[in-house]
Amino acid sequence: MKVKSYFFRCVQYVFLVTAFVLAVFPFYWMVVGTTNSAVDIIKGKITFGDQLIPNLKKLFADYDVGRIFWNSCKVSILTLIGQLLISSMAAYGFEFFASKARERVYRAVLLTMMVPFAALMIPLFRLIVRFHLLDTHTGLILTSLASVFLIFFFRQSYKSFPKEIIQAARVDGAGEFRIFWSIVAPAMKATYAAAAIYSFMTSWNNYMWPLIVLQSNNQKTMQLFVSSLASAYFPEYGVVMNAILISTLPMIVIFFSLQNYFVRGITGSVKQ
Amino acid sequence: MMTEKPIKMPNYGRPRWTLSRYHRYGWFFISFAVLVLALFMLYPIISSLIMSTYSSRGMIQRFVGLGNYQRLLKDRVFLQALKNTLIFFIVQVPIMLLLALLIATLLNNKDIKFRGLFRTGIFLPAVTSLVTYSTLFKMMFSLEGLVNKFLLNIKLISTPIPWLVDPFWAKITVMIAMTWRWTGYNMIFYLSGLQNIPDELYEAAKIDGANAYQQFARITVPLLKPIILFTAITSTIGTLQLFDEPTNFASGGVTAATIGPGNSLLTIAVYIYNLCFKYMPNFGYAATIAYVIVIIVAILSFVQFKLAGERR
Repeated sequence: MKVKSYFFRCVQYVFLVTAFVLAVFPFYWMVVGTTNSAVDIIKGKITFGDQLIPNLKKLFADYDVGRIFWNSCKVSILTLIGQLLISSMAAYGFEFFASKARERVYRAVLLTMMVPFAALMIPLFRLIVRFHLLDTHTGLILTSLASVFLIFFFRQSYKSFPKEIIQAARVDGAGEFRIFWSIVAPAMKATYAAAAIYSFMTSWNNYMWPLIVLQSNNQKTMQLFVSSLASAYFPEYGVVMNAILISTLPMIVIFFSLQNYFVRGITGSVKQ
Repeated sequence: MMTEKPIKMPNYGRPRWTLSRYHRYGWFFISFAVLVLALFMLYPIISSLIMSTYSSRGMIQRFVGLGNYQRLLKDRVFLQALKNTLIFFIVQVPIMLLLALLIATLLNNKDIKFRGLFRTGIFLPAVTSLVTYSTLFKMMFSLEGLVNKFLLNIKLISTPIPWLVDPFWAKITVMIAMTWRWTGYNMIFYLSGLQNIPDELYEAAKIDGANAYQQFARITVPLLKPIILFTAITSTIGTLQLFDEPTNFASGGVTAATIGPGNSLLTIAVYIYNLCFKYMPNFGYAATIAYVIVIIVAILSFVQFKLAGERR
């Protein structure tokens, strides 16, 4: 019995270690790849080389990486601000001003979460063309402003906010916007942080919609850049690796510095 | 708003003007979201439904009613895209979810050391974007590349596997990559669900002589059902819209003539994109195909709800 359970435990560790190594190794290889030449990468070299400086030089000489990186930052941050404002307000209305009619609206809103983006894409594209917003960041941001998931996420968190505090604030004569802005929102900092990470990650990593909306080179985001770089006829893999690392780094930094919020932002939706 | 006197005690139901004020604020708070959703969600949903009854070639449009839907059945490219997409769904999603559940169950065991490290490491792939991990895996799975070299070295294979050159292996490669990217992500959901299951339940099961498998099948799975359902449905929606991976795995990217060897990576979403932006645009037909995704998602979600035995 003892031997059997010891053996069982060993199998578990072997399994977990394998999963861990498989999950982390590509990150290691990504970092190693930034220092190797295209040939070495495609032949699977797993040790550091001496091509980091040439790779970086080529990347920054041939492409306006600074601008592309800035484009991604700008789009992601503006989308984040808009999404957080709009969805936290909406969730506040749904939760603290509950009524039959608004509950029905809420149900309908949730239902749209099931509609795949592919079904919205074509009319959205035509809308953008009609408003002359093609190839602009405004068009990209505007169409991403509403996030059903975030409305749901905020409302779930508001549920645990004591309603008596709001009553008390009203008795003290605080206006409804002041209650929202200086009482409820500050108390929900953790929720906002988690939502911000979720929102930032979604727009930073978005590919299909920017691909359709943005067309000229100086409007491109990091994802579009990496994709076009890697699908060239003779990709410079060393340069590609550096671009990949630059586009992934912000997410890794955010993940490690705000891990708890990060996980909350992802799982918050299923907690009862 | 400023001119009105601060209300003393807005007990929701009481004086009539308070109630109307209550509703006014209620509608105001949700108004921005409703406006944006109506414009960028509701309008597109309806518009593409109407669009799907038209056939267009460039600028010329004509009403075809259900003609587009009939055309689908004879469209070989569509049928191939449908087949490819369903293969991804049927093979990849169950393996990934099972793997995620298995890892989560192991990591929920307090006797396992370094749980935090394992959890962080296995979750890490979920921070990468779909474009970057596809590109990274494309490089790893090249003919003379890392993976083949490793498999040859440990003598598992004697000739390199044509990962991205052969239609069959190309699908396998993308599935491996997808599993890498999403297993940790789904695991996090299961872990947070498992934390809500009291340890006493397992203790009691052990006393009654239940083995590890029985505990897993009789306690873990039934109690995690809502979360498993949630991950299954989100994975379904995600897989049916597969776009970033196939286009970035294919040599030549979105502009390539075939997506993957022999169009083996052509998915429904890629076909929709092609119909709109690569060939002479036929938005009506593309909208029809988009609605096919909606219908399949609805059917599959319904089946999954039924399988889980949930009412709602």
